[in-house]
Amino acid sequence: MDIRVTGPEPTSAERVAVDAVLGPPESAWAGGKRNMDLEGRISLLGGGRARAFRDRLLPAFHAVKERFGWIPPGAFNYICKRLTVPPAEAYGVATFYHLFSMEHRPPTEVHVCEDIACRIKGSEGLHQNLVTIHGGSAEIGIRHSPCLGLCERAPAALILRAGEQPTGGAIGCATVENVQFALDSSAFPDQQKDWLSHSVPQLGQPQLRLLARVGNGSPDSIAAYQATGGFEGLTKALAIGPLLIINEVIASGLMGRGGAAFPTGKKWEAVAQAKGPTKYVVCNADESEPGTFKDRVLMEGDPLAVLEGMAIAGIAVGATKGYIYIRGEYPLAVNRMQNAIDAARAGGWLGNNIQGTDYAFDIEIRKGAGAYVCGEETALFNSIEGMRGEPRNKPPYPVHFGLFGKPTVINNVETLANIPWILRMGGVEYAGIGTGNSKGQKLFCVSGHVTTPGVFETPFGITLRQLITLAGGTPTSAPIKAILLGGAAGSFVGPDQLDVPLTFEGTRAIGASLGSGVVMVFDETTDLGDILVRIAAFFRDESCGQCVPCRVGVTRQEELVNRLRLGQPKGSVEQEVSLLGEIAQVMRDASICGLGHTASGAIQSALRIFGTSTMQRENAKARS
Amino acid sequence: MSDSSYWFKPPPRPSQIPMRPAEPINPLVEISIDGEKVAIPTGSTILDACKKIGLDTPTICYQDTLTPVNVCRVCVVELEGSRILVPSCSRKVEPGMVIQTDSERVRHSRKMVLEFLESSVDLSTSPQILMQAKRYQTDPSRYGDPAPPAAQNERDHHHAGHHEIPTGAQALTVAQPPKVDNSLYVRDYAKCLLCYKCVEACGTDAQNTFAIAVAGRGFDGRISTEFNNPLTDSACVYCGNCIAVCPTGALSFKSEFDMRKAGSWDESAQTQTDTICSYCGVGCTLTLHVQENKIVKVTSPFDQEITEGNLCIKGRFGYTHVQNIDETNPLSTEEVSH
Repeated sequence: MDIRVTGPEPTSAERVAVDAVLGPPESAWAGGKRNMDLEGRISLLGGGRARAFRDRLLPAFHAVKERFGWIPPGAFNYICKRLTVPPAEAYGVATFYHLFSMEHRPPTEVHVCEDIACRIKGSEGLHQNLVTIHGGSAEIGIRHSPCLGLCERAPAALILRAGEQPTGGAIGCATVENVQFALDSSAFPDQQKDWLSHSVPQLGQPQLRLLARVGNGSPDSIAAYQATGGFEGLTKALAIGPLLIINEVIASGLMGRGGAAFPTGKKWEAVAQAKGPTKYVVCNADESEPGTFKDRVLMEGDPLAVLEGMAIAGIAVGATKGYIYIRGEYPLAVNRMQNAIDAARAGGWLGNNIQGTDYAFDIEIRKGAGAYVCGEETALFNSIEGMRGEPRNKPPYPVHFGLFGKPTVINNVETLANIPWILRMGGVEYAGIGTGNSKGQKLFCVSGHVTTPGVFETPFGITLRQLITLAGGTPTSAPIKAILLGGAAGSFVGPDQLDVPLTFEGTRAIGASLGSGVVMVFDETTDLGDILVRIAAFFRDESCGQCVPCRVGVTRQEELVNRLRLGQPKGSVEQEVSLLGEIAQVMRDASICGLGHTASGAIQSALRIFGTSTMQRENAKARS
Repeated sequence: MSDSSYWFKPPPRPSQIPMRPAEPINPLVEISIDGEKVAIPTGSTILDACKKIGLDTPTICYQDTLTPVNVCRVCVVELEGSRILVPSCSRKVEPGMVIQTDSERVRHSRKMVLEFLESSVDLSTSPQILMQAKRYQTDPSRYGDPAPPAAQNERDHHHAGHHEIPTGAQALTVAQPPKVDNSLYVRDYAKCLLCYKCVEACGTDAQNTFAIAVAGRGFDGRISTEFNNPLTDSACVYCGNCIAVCPTGALSFKSEFDMRKAGSWDESAQTQTDTICSYCGVGCTLTLHVQENKIVKVTSPFDQEITEGNLCIKGRFGYTHVQNIDETNPLSTEEVSH
């Protein structure tokens, strides 16, 4: 392919950073030494080569970003040349993801979470204080960030430091002091050994299955993993073969834990039966739903279980390659997963001839770069392929046309972590846990106004009230005002719904959804209007902009919510609420993907339950 | 070249003119649209079926010479058994589909999509979209007065994931000054509704030049060259195929843009004459749009089977010699013809 690259050449440092991921250039055309054989070859095979390399685009951008803090034009041009990607397209990709910047940025950035759980714990004040200290600094930039997945230790901040040795880490219960400490020392207290006890209040309790190994101190040790039943599921899978694995998973009644609750066994069966020699397994670890942090805890605490689940899925459907797409805001999870993959490869649990059998499976990590919409499965495929993370129209579904156009199994981290357990205990026995259609144990992300926020694991069937009690109830005497189920894409329920069982069918019966297992509790002192304003802003930021109903719908929804918030409706409040309902309906009916379908749910449910008066500031009781 | 096997060797010439490949025979699929049974070949879309029975389905981002991107969502229809409405332009027919094209939900979605566009995009040169808006009785004033336009290039610097919280007093739009950076065409992105057609025409659907792409995210999404460079510093080859597919006049010929600005553009006074381009041997059809005996723009019919409406810079813009009136030059056309 003939592309035109104009503008600056890369500096030597930029060249080194790109070459570190792409390897040395093969020819003068790509910026290396002149090699007459290859020059001729490239001109003939250009198009095919370009398409084969396209998926390296995001890793190359990440490498440059981690080196310089932004993407300088020289490095950008060099990447385009190396990968034969037209610069306009590459620019479109880079500007889609909010962690990438095409304009100069300081090498160190502190991202302060501005989403719901952190908001009610004062993240806005933290942001302002940090801006006061570091505003205008050429070395340190302070930015807002959507949910960082640390809601149990709100408010949260994430430090990403570019350089020859890039570092990064999250800070829970962030204060000006501990952010400053991390900036000064490049040490992240959260990554110490006992960090997980803050996230898993049930740590060490015998009934835990998914969280059983979390916090044992050696998440990437194969020996410690095997001592607690690790790889038993994979060993069994290697012995019984694809058909029986799928039978076990179907018998278990496992439903996807990412939010859509699709039967996992059916998905695997469809991919196994799909035609074609190449298939993929993709683990969706782009956990960005505000209020969700269970996948992070699993990847940081028990990465080998996620990896084992992926390997079993690979054997079941006949895939030899798996990708795990981890959001860019989770540097520790990326680190832990990479260590686990390396250890598993060394131990013969990944690679060719797994444990001496004919089965082959390997896993590659891909990092997201800041885009909530990439949690949508087809947007995630596009992102891995080096495109803008825009969802595809369905059908065709991923089981037929997924990653690189091949049949693909895509499952959430928690779903895959259930798989080794199902294989070990047997699908039928697994189906004995839980209720009607909701089988097994579920991770709930409890945050907000509770005494001990964190990830809780219980069998399906627990009620909302029991779960909140498990989390210590509200910390003050203030009664509960509202609970957000399922995150920003979920819906609010009032305190009259505390006895709803947290199952797929139970939440559906009251018009809510379990989603990814978010339970965010708000007491009477909460200014719900402020939270609704933030939810509206969140979707305005995160809509990919591809389809009109969502692109303009989230914008108009935000404007309208702010009019209600400021008490300046156009016409009567009733007219505004009815217009908001119309906007909600077109987004639900006509958007391409789930982001648009759910972007109005939380706001609509809040207005339905609490009325429009909840929007205005003076109606929130001040926290004394 | 040390090894000649790298180089392309053409296959041997056939001894006779090859036969045209047989047309595939697609079995018919029967579906029901608004209660009417329609039989249509497999592989057709719902939109094809709607056209077959004469239903006027609004479309904006759809064009039969381009791959459907189904982003405008104005062609949605209600499919029985589907939770959400489906885009008729890209959804293939399946046996037994039951479709409603004029249900309450469909009318509501079409109305809202058109209303959203009217409230955020300058549709003054898109009469067909405005006609559909009238049909669905839109009222864009419900969102408030339009916010003041952005400064030149301001929208191109918006960073994904960050925006200012609005007061809601005015409705955000994409209004901004037009980009005039070359003498052939103008990009007036205040009129852009992000249908992706120009990107497709510049890319693999026609030209394979890849000079423009969608950049940014959400409402800040825009069509852009790399770094928002002027077209003259991009890969653009000025074929004008993006202008040909633009449904709103966001992309227009400089000649048309200038005449509209001067108020002298008058479509009713124009004639259209088809001719064959004489620059090379391909034989593209040119449609010359003539006003007051002057060519004001050149297009090519989309149903023309040789190039499906695509032209190159010569066919599209190489007409000025026909009317090169230069009063200081005694040899100019005007003088010679006298």
